[in-house]
Amino acid sequence: MAEVKPAARPLSPHLQIYRWSWTMAMSVAHRATGAALYGGTLLVAFWLVAAASGPAAYDTAQAIAGSVLGRLVLFGYTFVLLHHMVGGLRHFVWDMGHGYDPQTRMNLAKFSGLVSGVLTLLVWIAAYALR
Amino acid sequence: MAEFNLPQNSRLTEGKAWPKPAGAKKVTEFKVYRWNPDDTANPRTDTYYVDREDCGPMVLDALIWIKNKVDPTLTFRRSCREGICGSCAMNMDGKNGLACTTGIDECGSKGKVAIYPLPHMPVVKDLVPDLTRFYAQHASIEPWLKTTTPAPEKEWSQAKDDREKLDGLYECILCACCSTSCPSYWWNGDRYLGPAALLQAYRWLIDSRDEATGERLDDLEDPFRLYRCHTIMNCANACPKGLNPAKAIAEVKKMMVARQV
Repeated sequence: MAEVKPAARPLSPHLQIYRWSWTMAMSVAHRATGAALYGGTLLVAFWLVAAASGPAAYDTAQAIAGSVLGRLVLFGYTFVLLHHMVGGLRHFVWDMGHGYDPQTRMNLAKFSGLVSGVLTLLVWIAAYALR
Repeated sequence: MAEFNLPQNSRLTEGKAWPKPAGAKKVTEFKVYRWNPDDTANPRTDTYYVDREDCGPMVLDALIWIKNKVDPTLTFRRSCREGICGSCAMNMDGKNGLACTTGIDECGSKGKVAIYPLPHMPVVKDLVPDLTRFYAQHASIEPWLKTTTPAPEKEWSQAKDDREKLDGLYECILCACCSTSCPSYWWNGDRYLGPAALLQAYRWLIDSRDEATGERLDDLEDPFRLYRCHTIMNCANACPKGLNPAKAIAEVKKMMVARQV
């Protein structure tokens, strides 16, 4: 008798169809900012190497960082850093076993996005005020 | 490494639009995932129109209405129709739940009701996923009472407050809504146990009568089995019984730390 080979089972859709929630979105954001911080650390390394290389290199690094584009990048880096920090605190609260009821977990996710934005602005306002 | 795209044989195509019921006044559009193992075609989404005045209020009512009145080939699991058997778990309007306890009117975020099988699972047919691995993972946590002391003459007794620790855990019906809502389970379902199995693991870990707590924790002490939970919380958002697997997993992680200090 001829064997009937069944068709290979397809994989049901997942990311394509799942509705986003705040906790899911903020988890992805935490991962993305964590990855982006590798780039940020390279910026810090670049600045330290310039400072160690002498006054001329340091002046060049300062000029690049102080340009409009440089400041935009630094602003982005500040946001990424603070977003990851606030996200880390959120995960710390959860890892301690708190903040799991439906309303609290959504609020924690929502507000950590908001808080990191506000903190970024505060850092930059302080930086310009102290200049 | 996470594979975000669907494999070639799983990509969706536009399916058939079935005729609208004649003379119906209130009609709701349903977009339903279809796949038939008997042909070689890719999965598709068929469009059905349900006469709401001739149909009950739940998504399961609509699916049964479609099967009885429009298309008898539509395949799905169902049994109790009251949220205790867990058979009709599926993805409705982008969220996992039981078709029998989800109202059609709760699913209208896009003007029509989109229905897919539980996400990131091998499909047996239409809305029926293959749950073999899911059940094997449940079995792997050995969900039964394990003791070394001689059995008492009557039952194993348990204080009231110890019994209360099982509330919010024993109610799990193993519908797989939580595990299949979890992106971590999507990407690492072969090694990560997933929220359903871990909630059951915790149910036995904190049972005051169980005497295998140490061995149970040893078994979970693994970078994948337990620690792929990244508190994404889709599990708790999806659970049709209102349980909180994310919190149960956090408690297991706390037990892991507590026994080190």
